[in-house]
Amino acid sequence: MEKIIAGKTISVNEEGYLTDFNQWDKSVGEALANESNVVLTDRHWQVLNYLQQEHKNQVALSIRRVGKSGVVDIKEFYQLFPIAPLKTATKIAGIPKPASCI
Amino acid sequence: MNDNNGAIKKMMIILSKGTLENVYAAFVLANGARMEGIEAEIFFTFFGLEAIHKKKLEHLHVATVGNPALHMPTMLGGLPGMEALASLMMKREMEKIDMPDVHEFLEIMSASGVKLWACKLAMDMFHYKKEDMIDELEGVITVGDFYKKSEGEGVHMLFV
Repeated sequence: MEKIIAGKTISVNEEGYLTDFNQWDKSVGEALANESNVVLTDRHWQVLNYLQQEHKNQVALSIRRVGKSGVVDIKEFYQLFPIAPLKTATKIAGIPKPASCI
Repeated sequence: MNDNNGAIKKMMIILSKGTLENVYAAFVLANGARMEGIEAEIFFTFFGLEAIHKKKLEHLHVATVGNPALHMPTMLGGLPGMEALASLMMKREMEKIDMPDVHEFLEIMSASGVKLWACKLAMDMFHYKKEDMIDELEGVITVGDFYKKSEGEGVHMLFV
């Protein structure tokens, strides 16, 4: 389905995740963060960039892996994105929702 | 009328067993709740206390006797060393799928905001002291305290 995000027509799935990362830019990220009630700081952007890089390298993301990344620990990850951090952060980053149980 | 649409807001999990498979079930459920934005607390009681006992948590085993899903004859499962062997094999498989060990899992849950409580009655029964338990433990509480913490709408309770 399609959705207007930050004035652009963007393809998203039924949960609101972008289906084409090429349509993502910082303004789209800002708008998606706003929808999730997250105010983005430099720390958020560092984490989002890391997640995008991992996705590009086809790494399966999990809370455990993020915690061991050296970019952010699990406690801070929950502070930055208090509600469902991995789901919320990947949505803002414009990458698919990780199918992870841990 | 309340306007709760059935959404789960908090999972209160009671862990009463000390076998590896039950401990992992409780941990995955609690951690999985936090990952979805749901609050989670675990109440460790009876043999579940072994999972938060500093000296015991590294030595939890899979039950090889009375566990038909393991497809091992009961006589065989009772032989010395069988539990250790089955546990070793299971731990290897868990590592392959990026599953943390018990100690790391406790750290992950604590960092994720899962509250960990020990049952006072069971602590007294096993003669455990608070110092015997992991540092991440929030406290030792009674069943009444646990019910009090479970108040509210959208709270679900689960016995493992």
